[in-house]
Amino acid sequence: MAATQGIKSSGGLGIPSLKTGMAAIAGVMMLVDLYFIFMVAPTDAVLGHVQRVFYFHVPIAIMSFLAFFVVFLGSLMYLIKRTPKWDAIAHASAEVGVVFVTLALLTGIIWARPVWNTWWTWEPRLTTTLILWLIYVAYLMVRSYAPTESKAAIYAAVMGIIGFVDVPIVYYSVVWWRSIHPSPVVGPFAESDALTGTMSLILLYSLITFVFLFIYMVMERMSLRKMEEELGKIRFSLRRRRR
Amino acid sequence: MNGLLGPILVIVWKDILLELRSRDLVVSILVFGLLVVVVFNFALNNAPGRAAELAPGILWVAFAFSAVLAMNRAFVREQEQGGLEGLLISPVSRDAIFLGKVLTSLIFMLLIEAALLPVYAVMLDFSALSLTLVLTIFLGTLGFAVVGTLFSAMAVQTRSREIMLPVLFFPVVLPIIIAAVEASTRAVGGETFVGLGRWLPLIGIFDALFLVICPWIFAFVVEE
Repeated sequence: MAATQGIKSSGGLGIPSLKTGMAAIAGVMMLVDLYFIFMVAPTDAVLGHVQRVFYFHVPIAIMSFLAFFVVFLGSLMYLIKRTPKWDAIAHASAEVGVVFVTLALLTGIIWARPVWNTWWTWEPRLTTTLILWLIYVAYLMVRSYAPTESKAAIYAAVMGIIGFVDVPIVYYSVVWWRSIHPSPVVGPFAESDALTGTMSLILLYSLITFVFLFIYMVMERMSLRKMEEELGKIRFSLRRRRR
Repeated sequence: MNGLLGPILVIVWKDILLELRSRDLVVSILVFGLLVVVVFNFALNNAPGRAAELAPGILWVAFAFSAVLAMNRAFVREQEQGGLEGLLISPVSRDAIFLGKVLTSLIFMLLIEAALLPVYAVMLDFSALSLTLVLTIFLGTLGFAVVGTLFSAMAVQTRSREIMLPVLFFPVVLPIIIAAVEASTRAVGGETFVGLGRWLPLIGIFDALFLVICPWIFAFVVEE
């Protein structure tokens, strides 16, 4: 009886409705965003259609940095307060952040090939993003390889803090490192002057869309984790009853 | 001698004694360090004129991998015999345990590097007699020891711990590796402290930052 009540109570927490609302907003906004990007936005005079990936790439990259900032805050608060909620926020944000940073790298590669004539270059921003990816993949790995749940939360929080503190040092070291080696490419923001009014408006709209998408995905991941925990409890009590 | 320094020195002495009796850490990593330079020689097709240009890179790859092996070994040894638990229940602050382990790792690594450096200097044909190079190696190794000790205390508890330490360690210490290779290239080229530019301060900032953060975090890592 206790187990079934547990399931019902989790369904009535009020979170699903907020979550569904977020999903609806993000979904509708994304459709409109796609329309804007492909139908409204003018074709770039120099770069052509490939420039449209920009409207995805820039918001995704910004959101991934934001996600890792949330991971840092969540980790810090978890170590100080030791409430599982903070760990859940950091965990969800890290997973979504890794997805976003992967997408940012991939869309960047798609864009770089026609524009810079190379898939990859060790330009500071790219290099820093790659290192970010490595740091937060390590975050997720140490979490899943830890011996117990509570250790997993602590180890992950450690990586969430150390990794974030490390980012500015990584960035400056890579910038200085690049500045002495000749860099064959122009920075990705070199053509930002070329953005017309419509273009920057669509970019802004796209960014807002991704903020909603990010919030929705983090909420979804958090409720998934809640379900996992409840499933674990049910399994545990069933096994005890059988004995 | 109570306070912080006493316990730190006792922990360091314990580890040195352990190493003197077992001799399984320093010697095996020395052999590994020699192997790295041999492998690189073939991998990079080391032509006579290019040796000095490649040397700093090879040097720091060897040092970084040796550091990972040494620190993994150091904590596995504690873990196997329950030594870490003994340390934790002894009336010593967590900071002292952490700094003691950092100091031990630093001493072992510097010993290994001091032995490897002349050999590398001969094999790769560069001059190791430079104060700037020695200082670069010291600061870089200190950073490795601080971050590595924290991460190996975590990694040793996880499944597949041999992989976990490098996965955690390398992305975080990349600034040290970049800065140390740049500083070493200049030091080998005969530059003075001024000529090394901002690379030494960068390593110094890294070390200082993590020397402040890591002891605080270590207390959470080892708690029960």
